[in-house]
Amino acid sequence: MQIIQQVLFVLLAGAASWLFYKKASEIKRNILLGKEEDLTDQPSVRWRNVVLLALGQKKMFLNPLVAVLHFVIYAGFIIINIEVLEIVLDGILGKHRLFAEPLGSFYTFLINSFEWLAVGVIVVCVIFLSRRNINKLKRFISKDLNGWPRSDANYILITEIVLMSLFITMNAADRALQLNGNEHYHDTGNFFFSGLLAPSLQSFGDGTLVAIERACWWLHIVGIFAFLNYLPYSKHLHILLAFPNAYYARLDAPGKMRNMPSVQNEVLYAMQPELAPADAAPPARFGAKDVMDLSWKNLLDAYSCTECGRCTAACPANGTGKLLSPRKIMMATRDRLEEVGKNINQNGSFQDDGKSLLHDYISVEELRACTTCNACVQECPVSISPLDIITELRRSLIMEESNAPQEWNGMFSNTENNFAPWKFSPDERDQWATA
Amino acid sequence: MAELMMNGETPEILFWVGCAGSFDQRAQKITKAFATILDKTGMKWAILGKEEACTGDPARRAGNEFLFQMMAYQNIQVLNGYGIKKIVTTCPHCFNTLKNEYPELGGHYEVIHHTTLLQQLIDEGKIRMKEGGEFKGKRITYHDSCYLGRANDIYEAPRKVLEALDAELVEMKRCRTKGLCCGAGGAQMFKEDEPGDKRINLERTEEALQTGAGFIASACPFCNTMMTDGVKLNEKEESVQVLDIAEMIAMNME
Ligand code: SF4
Ligand code: SF4
Repeated sequence: MQIIQQVLFVLLAGAASWLFYKKASEIKRNILLGKEEDLTDQPSVRWRNVVLLALGQKKMFLNPLVAVLHFVIYAGFIIINIEVLEIVLDGILGKHRLFAEPLGSFYTFLINSFEWLAVGVIVVCVIFLSRRNINKLKRFISKDLNGWPRSDANYILITEIVLMSLFITMNAADRALQLNGNEHYHDTGNFFFSGLLAPSLQSFGDGTLVAIERACWWLHIVGIFAFLNYLPYSKHLHILLAFPNAYYARLDAPGKMRNMPSVQNEVLYAMQPELAPADAAPPARFGAKDVMDLSWKNLLDAYSCTECGRCTAACPANGTGKLLSPRKIMMATRDRLEEVGKNINQNGSFQDDGKSLLHDYISVEELRACTTCNACVQECPVSISPLDIITELRRSLIMEESNAPQEWNGMFSNTENNFAPWKFSPDERDQWATA
Repeated sequence: MAELMMNGETPEILFWVGCAGSFDQRAQKITKAFATILDKTGMKWAILGKEEACTGDPARRAGNEFLFQMMAYQNIQVLNGYGIKKIVTTCPHCFNTLKNEYPELGGHYEVIHHTTLLQQLIDEGKIRMKEGGEFKGKRITYHDSCYLGRANDIYEAPRKVLEALDAELVEMKRCRTKGLCCGAGGAQMFKEDEPGDKRINLERTEEALQTGAGFIASACPFCNTMMTDGVKLNEKEESVQVLDIAEMIAMNME
């Protein structure tokens, strides 16, 4: 019996890890479809960002109450997973509570704290569920989230509640067996919450209790494996990607737009032809029409987005009823990238499917509404820049498609001919000084 | 600038006027006010005059990188030709482009926004305020420019300058990092708003009016236009004035 459980466990763990590895490699491949961009300078500043923004969740703490709640879930998630290490080792070695003996009373303290955290997680998940579904916070009822994204958020909260309840029930059954004097279940000391439940379970009899304990153990670990493989399809990927995303965040002043050296050189060679190399080839595309034209960091951003909508709530265009929603820009980028990824899985390499991020996923009207105010960038708790994607797409619109509103064309030609965006003669530029 | 050079002089600082400051009738007043301040402090300053051209900010943000690069090339040639070291500008958009975007194109200057310079001059005692000036005890609310605030992390200098007016500073609901855009950035100034419920400048102006302030202080000629329009649309131009910080200081200087 024991050996069957061990074999089953190893098979399950192997399958779960392999599946996760496969999907993770796919995501990595997809991200690297993006254009190169060097974001490795100033490593000390970058590490600082990881500690403050990702680990410390600095931006979340602008709203302390929500931040503390979110932090409980997050700490619960990370810390309780230490316990998974024991579960995995127990599973492979066919042992029970492997660490109990060597750690002694520290073990009791540890699992006790995990129980407190687990109950904390359950409470917070219930609060978050009601915030999403009963209180109907504006950014959560937005149409951005219609369909799958809204369910996604709820699924994960419910799963967390179930996992944590399993953990506590398992401990309670275990404790009941200990109290009954079953010798396989050596005394671990009392844990607070399961200790409360254990006495009422004692009367079930050892057979039932063992079954409950085993069932909870299995469901708990199967749940965790399922969670692991659900992550890559969910907004909850930010649990992992928030860290690299904070590390690779752009460090320039937020007002600086990314330079286009190809255009810079083209202008330089036009002005000073003697500098032009004989073999200067123009770039294939200006700006971004599709996800592959974006930088890899934009694509990492898309996978890191937690769909919280803080960006959209702060967006002046969205707030005044325009079509633009920076959150939707990120979600559209991820959706398109996933589609491109599937295309590659099927065909070996990307085959033109007649679609692109621009137009099919993000419309001209959305792009034109942006004031480049950086509010979305400022608000994002996981260091994402929706603005950067918007300006890259705008570049494609203008330089590839010459698709500009009439007034902008006027502004362009004024700038070119009169050196000012309005129709004034350059000779009048200093008239203010004499008038 | 050309004249100074002919006389073999170099200015302490170049005043980059910007297109709005040069051509827009309302913004010209800001330019003149700031020029008066510079004169009074006895600084040696110059302008490029007819040789100044648009930095290319609106073109770049609209997506026209070619035009931006052309303007940048031209301006950098002129600035480097005169050996310019230090630039002050009354426009946060020019400020951002000159400071953050020109260096990698070969234009390296010390660039400072006029609110920061004003703060320095006040601290150094070079700008002195009148006793019981125009704004004493009046209520002023400051509107953060996106390109000064979030884009370049300048929130305190403009507020410090306003404090020198001995007025009552009140904040809007959304201020500093959370400041709401006036609606002009990203080349929006040069076109109509996209379809929606409301114009952005109206939303922002209403927030400013809610503070009950008689003066809305701006630090950007574009914000100034947007807020002025918003005040007009609210039919409040009798009781509420939109003024640039430089104008306020100029009015209050000894
Ligand atoms: S930068 Fe653009 S998308 Fe981002 S908040 Fe401002 S207007 Fe909205
Ligand atoms: S981009 Fe950032 S702020 Fe916006 S929804 Fe995604 S995670 Fe939230």
